[in-house]
Amino acid sequence: MTATAAAPATTLDRWEMVVGLEVHVQLKTRTKIFCGCSSDFGAAPNANTCPVCLALPGALPVLNERAVGLATRAALALNCAVQPVSIFARKNYFYPDLPKGYQISQFDKPLALDGWIEIGTRAVGAPIRIGITRVHMEEDAGKSIHDRFSGATAIDLNRSGVPLIEIVSEPDIRSAEQAGAYLRVLKQILEYVDVSDVNMEEGSLRVDANVSARRRGETKLGTKTEVKNMNSFSGVERALEVEFARHVGVLEAGGTIEQQTMLWDGSAVRPARSKEGSHDYRYFPEPDLPPLILALDWIEQVRKDLPELPAARRARFATDYKLGEYDVEVLTANPRLADYYESVARAHGEPKAAANWVMGEVMATLKTSGEDIGRFRVRPADLASLLNLVRDGIVSHTAGKQIFGHMVATGDPPAQIAEREGLVQVDDDAQLSAWLDEVLAENPVEAERYGNGEKRLQGVLIGAVMKKSKGRADPRKLNQLLTARFAS
Amino acid sequence: MTARSCAVVREETAAGRVLATDTVDAAVARAREVGAGRDGLNVFVWRDDDDAKSQASSIADRLADTKPGALLGVPVAIKDNIATLTMPTTCGSKILEGYVSPYESTVVKRLRAAGAIPFGKTNMDEFAMGSSTEHSAYGPTKNPIAPDRVPGGSSGGSAVAVASGIVSIALGSETGGSVRQPAAFCGIVGVKPTYGRVSRFGLVAFASSLDQVGVFGATVDDAARGLGAIAGHDPMDSTSANIAVPDYHAGANADLKDLVVGLPKEYFPASLDPEIRRLCDAAVDRLRGLGATVKEVSLPHTDLAIPVYYIVAPAEASSNLARFDGVRYGFRLEGEGLRGMYEATRSKGFGPEVTRRILLGTYVLSAGYYDAYYRKAQQVRTLIADDFRRVFESGVHVLFTPTAPSTAFQIGAISDPYEMYLSDIFTATANLAGVPAMSLPIGRIGGLPVGGQFLASHFDEARMFTAAYALERALGAEAHA
Amino acid sequence: MAVTIDDVRHIAALARLGLPEQRAAAIVNELNTILAHMDELAKVDTAGVQEAIGVGAEGLPVRKDLGPPFPLARSLDAFAPSMRDGFFLVPRLSTHESTEES
Repeated sequence: MTATAAAPATTLDRWEMVVGLEVHVQLKTRTKIFCGCSSDFGAAPNANTCPVCLALPGALPVLNERAVGLATRAALALNCAVQPVSIFARKNYFYPDLPKGYQISQFDKPLALDGWIEIGTRAVGAPIRIGITRVHMEEDAGKSIHDRFSGATAIDLNRSGVPLIEIVSEPDIRSAEQAGAYLRVLKQILEYVDVSDVNMEEGSLRVDANVSARRRGETKLGTKTEVKNMNSFSGVERALEVEFARHVGVLEAGGTIEQQTMLWDGSAVRPARSKEGSHDYRYFPEPDLPPLILALDWIEQVRKDLPELPAARRARFATDYKLGEYDVEVLTANPRLADYYESVARAHGEPKAAANWVMGEVMATLKTSGEDIGRFRVRPADLASLLNLVRDGIVSHTAGKQIFGHMVATGDPPAQIAEREGLVQVDDDAQLSAWLDEVLAENPVEAERYGNGEKRLQGVLIGAVMKKSKGRADPRKLNQLLTARFAS
Repeated sequence: MTARSCAVVREETAAGRVLATDTVDAAVARAREVGAGRDGLNVFVWRDDDDAKSQASSIADRLADTKPGALLGVPVAIKDNIATLTMPTTCGSKILEGYVSPYESTVVKRLRAAGAIPFGKTNMDEFAMGSSTEHSAYGPTKNPIAPDRVPGGSSGGSAVAVASGIVSIALGSETGGSVRQPAAFCGIVGVKPTYGRVSRFGLVAFASSLDQVGVFGATVDDAARGLGAIAGHDPMDSTSANIAVPDYHAGANADLKDLVVGLPKEYFPASLDPEIRRLCDAAVDRLRGLGATVKEVSLPHTDLAIPVYYIVAPAEASSNLARFDGVRYGFRLEGEGLRGMYEATRSKGFGPEVTRRILLGTYVLSAGYYDAYYRKAQQVRTLIADDFRRVFESGVHVLFTPTAPSTAFQIGAISDPYEMYLSDIFTATANLAGVPAMSLPIGRIGGLPVGGQFLASHFDEARMFTAAYALERALGAEAHA
Repeated sequence: MAVTIDDVRHIAALARLGLPEQRAAAIVNELNTILAHMDELAKVDTAGVQEAIGVGAEGLPVRKDLGPPFPLARSLDAFAPSMRDGFFLVPRLSTHESTEES
C-alpha cells in the first residue's frame, strides 16, 4: 500500500493534521562522544575506530566534555530547562552498525525539558510557539551500506559514537508548512549558537516525523504513524501532506490507522517492512556512566555566553540599522552573513548602503560561486572602504561595481584597484572644463540646442564627457559645470 | 605446597639473586607436576611459556631501575576475561575462541609496569556466570585438594593456579563472589576490592555495576601486594574512583586493639553447617585474643541479596553480551540472512548457563516487567547497601562472616541453577553494596578448606587487610588443618 | 507472573538467541522456578527508596575533546570474521531500509 497524493483542500475543513518532529543533530566536536576517535567526515572506512566505538570486549565509555557544553548551549537556545542531574541509559536493540547491541542515550532523565521556539508562517501570520518536550544526548550509530557488495551489507563504524542531540517537539505542529517553518527556525537557531553544521544533505541533521489526523474540534490525539527517510525540509513537508492524506482516507472510509513506521521515497510513503512485535528497547540506566551532574552556576554561565540568537539579532538590526523586514530577514539568514553585514555597516557608517551592497553584489557573487560567506575573499573592512570611496565621490557607483569585481578576483584593497585600473573619479574643475569644452566643440548643434533650453540634452552632453573621460568624470561636478556654463 | 611469596621473589629478583626466567621455569615445572593440563586440573585455557620466558628475560634489563617494580619477576596468572595482548581472551566461551585482544587491560598493563610476568590465562565459568567453573566451553577445572570436586567459580582456574603452587598471585574477577568463594573452596586468600577501586577497562563485562577485578594470593601478603599493584584511578573507566591507594601491607604486623569487629547475625543462620560455624567461632576467638572488640550486628536485608543479584546481574549481562554477534570479532556461524547469522552464532557460541541468564535478564528488563523486577531489585539493593552503611557508621570497622555455606561440592553434584546460585549467599551482598571483602582460610572440614570473610566500608581495604594479616598470623598452620 | 512458552520465544527473539523448541520448553520451567524466588522482593516496602545508580556523589568524569584515540595493536582484519575494502561484511539485510531495528 503506497500513498502518493496530498489531501484536497476541503479535507482540512473536517480534519486536522497533528505532527511532532524528532530531530537528530550531530554536535561539532573534534572527537566522538565516548572516545578519542576523530568525529570527522570522510575518512577511509573504519579508520576512525578504537576499542570503545568498536565495542571490543572490556571497553568502556568516557564522556566528551565539549559534547556536554554544546548540548547544553543548544538546549538553552531552545528555551529548555537544563536539568542539573541527567542520566544516560542503554537503548537495547540489534543492528550491525550498532556495535554494542545497545545505544547509549538518555531516557527517563534527559539533559533538558520543556523548551519552545517561535515560528512565523505567512499563511498563519502571527508567530506561534511550538513546544519542545525534551533535548537529550546520545551517540550516533555507524553506517550500513547495502549496495556496494552483492549479497552483503558493508558496515563502516566511523560514525559510530559521534555525539548527537535529539530534539523532540510537542505534537503542536498543525500543517506541513508549520513543520517546514519549525525546521528552518530550529536550524537557524542551532547555526547561530554554533553547535552543529545542521546540514540535512550531509547528515548532520535528520528528521523523523510523527503524524496523526483527527476531526476538527476533537481534542484526543489520533493514532500516529512514524515517517522516516526524508532528505530535505521540503521533502518533510511533502511527506507529511501525503501521509496525512492517507490517514484521512483510511479514517473517512471507517478504517483504523495501524501504528507503524512509514518510509518516504521522494514521492510516496510506504510501510517499512513489518517486524514481529514493536520495539522493546528495554531501557535501563547505563551502569558504566554515573549520573551527569551540572552545577547551576555552570549552566548559568553557558546561558550568559550564548551567542546572540536570531530573533534578538533581527530585532537589533531593525532598531540599530533601521532596516526593513525583508532586508533583516535576508541579512540574518545565517550568522556568518549577519556578522559580515555588521562589520561592513559599522565600518562604513551607512547601514542602508551596506545592506544594498551585501544583498546585491555580495550575495549575487556568492550565489554564482556557490561558496559560503565564511570563505568570501572580500573582507568586510575592504568592502566598507569601497563604499566609502563611492560615497565620497572618489569613484562613481559604476566604477565601484567594477572595482568590486576585481576585489572578488584578487582580494586586493579597493583604493589600490581604483588607482591601478584608472577608475579614480576626476573632479578637478580644470580637467572637467577642458573635457566639457572639447565636447561642446565637437557637438555644436546639441550645445546650441541645450543652451536654448532643451534641458533633456543634458544627458547626451554629460554622456559624451563620460565617454571621453573613460567613465572617470564626476557626473555631479560635471552637471554643475555644465549648468554654470550656460547660466547667465 | 604454595609458590614462593611474591615479596620474597621480588626482593631476590631485584637483588639479582634469582633470575626471573628461573622463576618462570619453576612455575612451568610446578604446573607439569600438579597436572595443570586439560586432562588434569585444567587450570589454563592458554599458556604461552615462551612469551613468559622472554618477558622474564627482559626483567634483567630493569634491575638497574632506581625503584624496582613492586612485583618484579613475579609470575601472575590472569583470568581469561581480562584482556591481554599476546594471549587470547576467551572468557571460557566458544564465542571468543581464539580471540586475541588488540588492546591490553589496564590491570595487566599495571602488572607489567610493576615487573610482574603474566603467566597464562586461566579457566573460568563462561562469561563469569557460575560458582563452580563447571560451565566453561573448555571443560571443568578441578580442585587440587580433591580433584573430584569443584574449585568454586567463576574464577576457578586462577584459584587453582595459586592453590596448586604454580603462582603466588592470580587475577580473577568478582560479580557475586567469584573470587572469594573459590578462594574459600581452595584454601587460599581472595580479595574483592571496593567497586571503583580497580579499573574495569579491559575486564570483559558481565554485570557492569557489580564487576571488579579481584586478586588471589597464597597468603594475605601476596593478595595485598597484588591489589596494591593494580588499584587506582583510571581515566579510561568512568566508574573508577579518584582516591589515593594506601599501602595495603603497612598493617601487616599490627595488633587489633582498636578494631571493632561486627558479626552480622544473618550470616550465622540456624541452618549454617555446624562445622563451618565452629571454625568461624574459633577464628572470632582468635580476633578477640588479638585485642579486637567483637559485637553482634544486623544486616536485615541479607536474605534478599540472592533475588536482587539474580535480577540485576543477568539484566546487565543480557545487555553486555549483545555485542557478541559475529560481526566484528569472535565466532561467527552463517544462517539465513543477518537474523539467522545472529541466532546461529549466539546459540552455538553461548553455553546453556549463559543462555539462561541472558533470557532471564532480557525478561526482567522487558516491557511490562521492568518496574516489578529490575527497578524493584535496584531499590532493594539500596536497602542492602544502607544496611552496611548503618553498621559501619555505628562504630564497627570490619565484619566477619563465613565465606560460603559449604565446602567444595562434587563436580556435577549441583544441577539445579537456583541451588547453585545459593552458593553466593554470603558473598553477593558485598558486590551489591560495593564494599570491599576478602576470604582467607580458617580451617578444614574433612580435609576440605573453609574460608572466613572480612568486609569493610568503602575504600577501607587497608583496615580489612590489617584484620586478615592478624588472623592469618594467629591461626598459623591451623588454617590449613 | 508465570512465564509462558510464548514469552520465552519472544525474549529469545529479542535477544537473538536461536532457541530450539525443546530447549525453549525446558527454559520455561527453569525461568519460572528462578522467578518464583524473586517474588520475595514484591513483599519489600520500597516506597521512596532510590534505585542504586552511580558510584559516589562526584558525578560523571569527563574528558577533553581531544585525541588521540586509544591505539589498537593489530588491524581490524586480524580479528574480524569478514572484511572487504575496510568494511565489516554481514549478510545483506532483507530490507535495505536503514530503519530496520529490532
